[in-house]
Amino acid sequence: MTIAPIVRTVTVKATPARAFDLFVSNMERWWPLSHHIGKTPFAAVVMEPTVGGRWFERDASGAECQWGTVMAWEPPSRILLAWQLNNQFEFDPAFLTEVELSFAPADGGGAKVTLEHRNLERFGVNAEKLAGELGGGWPTILADFVGYADANSVERETTS
Amino acid sequence: MPNALRAVPNAFSALGDPTRRLIFERVAVAPSAVGALAAGLPVSRPAVSQHLRVLKEAGLVTESADGARRIYRLDPRGIAAMRDWLDGHWAAALAAFEQFVDEQQEDDPS
Repeated sequence: MTIAPIVRTVTVKATPARAFDLFVSNMERWWPLSHHIGKTPFAAVVMEPTVGGRWFERDASGAECQWGTVMAWEPPSRILLAWQLNNQFEFDPAFLTEVELSFAPADGGGAKVTLEHRNLERFGVNAEKLAGELGGGWPTILADFVGYADANSVERETTS
Repeated sequence: MPNALRAVPNAFSALGDPTRRLIFERVAVAPSAVGALAAGLPVSRPAVSQHLRVLKEAGLVTESADGARRIYRLDPRGIAAMRDWLDGHWAAALAAFEQFVDEQQEDDPS
């Protein structure tokens, strides 16, 4: 059974590079305040800008609640995130759905920001079973993505 | 996300019970009859039937007749409740982002 991915697009008045920066830097400046999993509202929403980085909220006392992990970090055009909150809204390192963001020039100026949240059928699947299906679970997948990013990054090829 | 949890229909609170969650996961693996689901579980067959009734009312499983047996299978509509919530979440988040970018342009027309 598969569930159709969620795909949403907005056009913003900024270049793709600036839209990327505004999206990932100090996310608490725009993330809806009511959308938190911690016991208290977040003071910061952090996306660590590297493959394997954590995506988490932090409250005023410094307590952190992780939401997911950065799977690909390709400024100014693309971010791939693992959304690892299960159907109880609890962080589960063995649970993984993908959220992909792309930032592209929009017709007529500005940036088109597209979000796709996929693998939604996994919300009905037990995390241990999922890890088995994916062959070794999260560390394996992450290693695969690091390899994929290295092999596909034009920038790295030209600068290394 | 506490506000969100209240917005998600019973589908997901029904999975809060560990035994019920285990039964749901078995149904997710393969359509099954009550007897097969009860085998290997530390609860009685009537208890399994009761859990299946809750899952069915929450829209997570459906039942159909196979001769004299009732076969239970995953109801995609239950997962769809989660999808609906996430869709609303992302719509709100991207709308907030769009507005934020507009404000930045006014403050700092770079």
